[in-house]
Amino acid sequence: MTLEATPAPSEQKLLERLLAGEEQAYEELVRSYGGRMLAVARRFLPVEEDARDAVQDAFLSAFRSIHRFEGNARLSTWLHRIVVNAALMKLRTRRRHPEQSIDDLLPGYLEDGHFERPASPWRTDGLDPAEEHELRELVLRSIHSLPEGHRNVLLLRDIEGLDTEEAADLLQISPGAVKTRLHRARQALRELLEPHLRERSAS
Amino acid sequence: MKCREFVEFLMEYLDGALGESERRVFECHIEDCPACVNYLETYRETVRLGHSVCTPDAEVPPDVPEELVQAILSARHPKR
Repeated sequence: MTLEATPAPSEQKLLERLLAGEEQAYEELVRSYGGRMLAVARRFLPVEEDARDAVQDAFLSAFRSIHRFEGNARLSTWLHRIVVNAALMKLRTRRRHPEQSIDDLLPGYLEDGHFERPASPWRTDGLDPAEEHELRELVLRSIHSLPEGHRNVLLLRDIEGLDTEEAADLLQISPGAVKTRLHRARQALRELLEPHLRERSAS
Repeated sequence: MKCREFVEFLMEYLDGALGESERRVFECHIEDCPACVNYLETYRETVRLGHSVCTPDAEVPPDVPEELVQAILSARHPKR
């Protein structure tokens, strides 16, 4: 996902003004992209203060390295990578809380290899706006309840749209570990959503 | 193939990363196992839901809090 600013200022013009050191251009950059960057940071950092700190760190880092920005990428994409990185850095400096093991959230099997609780179909379409909102909140809450190491991989790959190599690089783990964690995180998220979405189809 | 193995290789199957013979075994299992069909569909739906709740269309871009804007701009000139 990129940070499509609304309304998007002409990136090229803004870039030229930033490179020329025009003070007003820095403020425009913050006002145009800050909202979306904050939304990204909040996905990784549920504590508002941490999310804001990450956005501030990201902008300061962007200001320092604006002259290294290569015009072949979108400014929005470049800023997106910087805020994701700042959010992950912030997470690393925070004290970790004990959390649930991912194994407790994976599907259970009988001795013969069949599911303990076979999956049922879900119904997630034809919802009214209130139900859509409820579903969105449920998904976000469920993502946040995943163990951090798995949640970060799911956010980077499925939500922020990074590829396996980029995610591995940012998290300092192997591409194989990214794939394993992504698959487990998706399974765990599915398990967390299932009781709610099954209920919906039964009602 | 058992449901446990089906789930283990599901992501590779969806990514088209399974070899021809493995894929055939996989598809053979789906034909006989409604629980795995449901699992596959809800796994896909999980990925779709995760993606859709965070796309720009679904998300109203939050305003940048004014104090954050000011904090960023003043941190740019810490000596001022």
